[in-house]
Amino acid sequence: MAASAKPRRAAVIGGNRIPFARANSTYAKASNQDMLTASLEGLVARFGLAGEPVGEVTAGAVLKHSRDFNLTRESVLGSSLAPTTPAYDVQQACGTGLEATVLVANKIALGQVESGIAGGTDTASDAPIAVNEGLRETLLALNRAKTPGQRLKAVARLRPGQVVPEIPRNVEPRTGLSMGEHMAQTAAHWGVTREAQDELAVQSHRNLAAAYDRGFFDDLLTPYLGLTRDQNLRADSSVDKLAKLKPVFGRGDGATMTAANSTPLTDGASVVLLGSDEWAAERGLPVLAHLVDAQTAAVDYVTGHEGLLMAPAYALPHLLERQGMKLQDFDLVEIHEAFAATVLCTLAAWESESFCRDRLGLDAPIGALDRTRLNVNGSSLAAGHPFAATGGRIVASLAKSLEERGSGARGLISICAAGGQGVMAILEAA
Amino acid sequence: MTGAYAGFVNSAVGTKLAAQLGLPRPVRLRRYAADAPLVEGPVLVAGLADAPVAEHVRTLLSDEGVEVVDAVPAGSRLGAVVLDLTTVTEPGDLDLVRVVLAPAVKALRASGRVVVVGADPASATSVAQAASRRALEGITRSVGKELRFGATANLVLVAEGAEANTDAAVRFLLSGRSAYVDAQVVRVGPGTPAEPADWALPLAGKVAVVTGAARGIGASIADVLARDGAHVVCVDIPAAGESLARTANRVGGTALQVDVTAADAGQRILDATGRHGGLDVVVHNAGITRDKLLANMDESRWDSVLDVNLGSILRMNEVLLGENGIRDGGHVVLVSSIAGIAGNRGQTNYAASKAGVIGLVDALSVDADLVRRGISVNAVAPGFIETEMTAKVPFATREVGRLLNSLSQGGLPVDVAETIAWFSQDANAGVTGNVVRVCGQSLLGA
Repeated sequence: MAASAKPRRAAVIGGNRIPFARANSTYAKASNQDMLTASLEGLVARFGLAGEPVGEVTAGAVLKHSRDFNLTRESVLGSSLAPTTPAYDVQQACGTGLEATVLVANKIALGQVESGIAGGTDTASDAPIAVNEGLRETLLALNRAKTPGQRLKAVARLRPGQVVPEIPRNVEPRTGLSMGEHMAQTAAHWGVTREAQDELAVQSHRNLAAAYDRGFFDDLLTPYLGLTRDQNLRADSSVDKLAKLKPVFGRGDGATMTAANSTPLTDGASVVLLGSDEWAAERGLPVLAHLVDAQTAAVDYVTGHEGLLMAPAYALPHLLERQGMKLQDFDLVEIHEAFAATVLCTLAAWESESFCRDRLGLDAPIGALDRTRLNVNGSSLAAGHPFAATGGRIVASLAKSLEERGSGARGLISICAAGGQGVMAILEAA
Repeated sequence: MTGAYAGFVNSAVGTKLAAQLGLPRPVRLRRYAADAPLVEGPVLVAGLADAPVAEHVRTLLSDEGVEVVDAVPAGSRLGAVVLDLTTVTEPGDLDLVRVVLAPAVKALRASGRVVVVGADPASATSVAQAASRRALEGITRSVGKELRFGATANLVLVAEGAEANTDAAVRFLLSGRSAYVDAQVVRVGPGTPAEPADWALPLAGKVAVVTGAARGIGASIADVLARDGAHVVCVDIPAAGESLARTANRVGGTALQVDVTAADAGQRILDATGRHGGLDVVVHNAGITRDKLLANMDESRWDSVLDVNLGSILRMNEVLLGENGIRDGGHVVLVSSIAGIAGNRGQTNYAASKAGVIGLVDALSVDADLVRRGISVNAVAPGFIETEMTAKVPFATREVGRLLNSLSQGGLPVDVAETIAWFSQDANAGVTGNVVRVCGQSLLGA
């Protein structure tokens, strides 16, 4: 592309999500497709898109059935969007929703589409359960067998232990450690205290409850299966109450991570409507914000060189340099609360002179963040975290918050993901 | 048509028994269908003296391809009778009703129509004329009670000089859209009706707001307004968002989750219509019931019903009917209730709000600013309508409610919606300040 042909910025027009439910509760029997379709339906209704096509719909799920190979397209076909709307699936663990947003925004920026919907869905309740690996190999061998002898041989390989199914686990395949155990190591490394984590969790609940009370979610959320608010939200949460909980991750006296300062398993879905300014104007649709920039990063957590969820810390300097900004220039910052410790470790790393120098190659530390700008409408500790749905939740909420603050306000989104990855994006109020 | 009684009298045994005992026999009413004619069968049009409205009616019927006759044709049954008595001046003139209607009523088809057209008694120039004009109301209401098999009788009162404004009213009353409107008086006044390019899409290009659109009557209103060509902004409380989205997507409209009692509800609704270029029709349908005998009525039941059903409308109208709100020539439709006319045990709060709605219509329809801007304000007052709400009424009460009307059945949400859609037509601009009951001539409050 010629230097003069600067790509246009994609507009964030609005979003929709269903309330997030705790796993094995209200949405226990809802599939990923059900929830993604419901989110799309609410979005279509909000913006009057029934019967209309959009450029493309991009979404995904982290825990996915093999039958859902075309999850997003199937959801589109089950929605009120025109059946001529193309769709594809993406998957980048917990970064899925934000990565999908970046993908759609980039196509809009390049003029390849005029509009698009990005999103994600996840269910920890209606999880895919696979047959035991040994049974799978036996069944495939049986399928390949051509003679009665070969069949008999294959069947002879059946063993009682093979009836035990494969249930998806929240574990890093290369370390065998759960995400919580990884986080506990990082939290210990940065000396993040139990009190600081509990305070962050309480603040998340308070901020989310306040946002509901002032009607902030009236045009961001559509009730589903009788749920009108995030089920995990505890408006009366307090540091005293949380202090009574026993740690669930980490070992011994140093264990600080509890069920309250870690996100629970959650079911839900979210979608974001993006478009060119022209597309929005033609339809009289509002433009809340534009996607300014995005950056992904990954860390070597397998050897223990870096913490599993620290990748966003590495993505930020690239964004700041490209945009000529400081962390402190952002009006609002959204750091996904996989665990309270994730947020606190990331902030601590940015304040650390040695980390910024040795790991990020910076002359000076990125510095402290004004905490009043952080997760102002609550985040995953309160709302819950249906993996792929978190990105869409944050993009739509942040775009609206920035719009409320006025034109030019900038916001940063940071989402950590399994596999030592991180996705970041910058939004600017239109 | 639903209900245990209707099921019984339409069964093999029930039909015979009902005929022998003279029991009411509800029939399936003729309702709007896209491919149905305005009226099925020929229409007898008659009138007294020069009958100025009859001529308009003959023209519109010919335009619709409906056969017009001067007398009951031998061996044929009538679809409707239109009798123009705008020129009655003395009681002796009324005998024409008997002469024309007696044979016509006998020859009327099921779901047939009797439409009597008269002049407003209030503008009569003599006592005898006033009395004769008013007599038409008694005649029409009685004929409504005598008609059987889903036929209805209604009276159109035309103001001086508004003879040309009656088309939309006559069309509505003759059509299947008015299935459950019986024994009503529709007043047609001045105003400047605009005939639609296509009578099948009388609301083409219009933007309408319907509150309480998630389910029940509100969802039906959205359906009918959209069917008639309007873009519908469907409003309901955030908690009803899932049903609301279903309604909005079904009608190709827009969903707006806002509580009508919120201080900024009017502004948010207006903002939502902005993207469609303006606002033409406002339907204040949102409403709740919190029944309790007055002796046991608590403050919250009282306040919530009054605020949702009446207070919120007054507040939203400040914005919706303001200078930057509804466009000139627009239409405001409210939903009253038979309870607001007749009262209802256990519903002092609800009846207060619904009677209040009628007062609101009375006042707004003569508001100088709205009159100057050509904005019509009308209300429907539903009787027993088959909804989720009435399905919860105890069995016996429900069956009685269904049967205590001239059509011997409950109405459907679509019947209320059809009347609202008719109030929303530019072609109907001469009709303002009306409260039309959609009650099948219920005995309550009659």
